[in-house]
Amino acid sequence: MEVQFVLNKKQVKVDVGPDAVLLNVLRELGCKSVKCGCETTNCGLCTVWIDGKSRLSCSVLAVSVGGHEITTLEGVEEEAAEFGRFLAEEGAEQCGFCSPGFIMNVLAMVRELEDPGIEEIKEYLAGNLCRCTGYMGQMRAIEKYLAYRKEARG
Amino acid sequence: MFTISNYVKAKTLEEAYELNQARSSRVMGGMMWMRLGNARIKTLIDLSGLGLDRIEETDNVIRIGAMCTLRQLEQCDALKRLFGDGVAESVRHIVGVQFRNQATVGGSIYGRFGFSDVLTAFLAMDTFVELYNGGTVRLSDFVNRKQDKDLLLSVIVRKGKRQFRYESIRQTQTDFPVLACATVTGIVHGQETWYFSIGARPMKAALLEKKWEIPRDASEEMIREYAQEVAASFTYGTNMRGSAEYRQHLAEVLVRREISSILAEER
Ligand SMILES: Cc1cc2nc3c(=O)[nH]c(=O)nc-3n(C[C@H](O)[C@H](O)[C@H](O)COP(=O)(O)OP(=O)(O)OC[C@H]3O[C@@H](n4cnc5c(N)ncnc54)[C@H](O)[C@@H]3O)c2cc1C
Ligand code: FES
Ligand code: FES
Repeated sequence: MEVQFVLNKKQVKVDVGPDAVLLNVLRELGCKSVKCGCETTNCGLCTVWIDGKSRLSCSVLAVSVGGHEITTLEGVEEEAAEFGRFLAEEGAEQCGFCSPGFIMNVLAMVRELEDPGIEEIKEYLAGNLCRCTGYMGQMRAIEKYLAYRKEARG
Repeated sequence: MFTISNYVKAKTLEEAYELNQARSSRVMGGMMWMRLGNARIKTLIDLSGLGLDRIEETDNVIRIGAMCTLRQLEQCDALKRLFGDGVAESVRHIVGVQFRNQATVGGSIYGRFGFSDVLTAFLAMDTFVELYNGGTVRLSDFVNRKQDKDLLLSVIVRKGKRQFRYESIRQTQTDFPVLACATVTGIVHGQETWYFSIGARPMKAALLEKKWEIPRDASEEMIREYAQEVAASFTYGTNMRGSAEYRQHLAEVLVRREISSILAEER
């Protein structure tokens, strides 16, 4: 079936089977940041935005996104790199496999929540698992990143 | 793995209903549950173009479209005004924000899952489900019906002055509940009435109604006795998350906390 949608601000047209999963279609379209980390809909590695909202691309049928707007890490490269520097400075990444999905959800969070407290942050990111770290570095990176954004905004 | 031969985005409810009458057709909610199964689906029917993704408030009811996401429930002001933070509490542990941006209220209620927080919460309220063919029926009746080929259009909660509390016990924050429990109270036909819904026993949520007048200054001992009676009125089972005995104990503790919390607020 033919499906048209907007991927990282560009209109794309793909021919997919009715049971093709968005995650695989996005990877075939070159968005290799999108990863599959589980078979149970639990890890958050496959996080992309659909119409600006964080979603699990492993559970979305590609045929169902016709007319919608998809954003992957490749579409927010600068912002992702900026937050990525905070992650690196805190030594928060080990294998880094979880980072793209995690960064997408952090960037969704800063759009949705104003001045979130630590509990709110933890709750927002509870669906992003990391097998290597203990999340402490990530939390430090987020706190510093939020403070930096606040300052930059004045 | 599940397979789909044909995907149709329905243009009308009638079309969706007709397509769904075939044995190998399935209605698509958020797909979260369905995609983990092994179904060989001939026609998958997408309801997302039918305006079922809204929450509407009238003078008497809150009507939640079947395609509303769990995140919409969590953030709904109308439900918050009526029931406080309890509704958000009932869904906030479900996997993560990304997941709740996609899993639907319709799929959650239609599925009548044993572990369902969503079902446990709505069952304690004055809730109805609106079906395409079957009319509007009480959720407490719908829960015990066999799954059929009808379409669930909306979940309707009648407004009223009610107190609502929700708690669950989980082994980790985002796991399925070991036990889930909702308590609602209010004046019904001039009489103080308490509703207790307990789910993940691990059987699906069931409802208990009691015409109790619990004094606002009831002692902890008295509240414990009420909670014991409530917990003993349900049946429990054993699975990898907990034994029947443990679940009954948890039920008593959660009911006690919920009653105490309601009384404390009204004191
Ligand atoms: C990994 C995982 C963890 C979960 N953890 C929890 C938890 O902790 N607590 C909890 O309460 N829930 C939990 N759930 C369940 C989840 O919240 C949803 O209830 C579930 O995914 C079904 O919703 P859905 O929108 O994905 O429906 P789908 O999977 O799309 O559909 C489920 C069923 O309902 C049918 N259906 C859907 N919509 C309609 C409709 N409008 N009319 C008629 N039939 C319909 C479908 O045909 C299908 O048979 C979990 C699910 C998963 C996959
Ligand atoms: S791949 Fe794990 S949640 Fe999507
Ligand atoms: S750094 Fe390895 S999974 Fe997170």
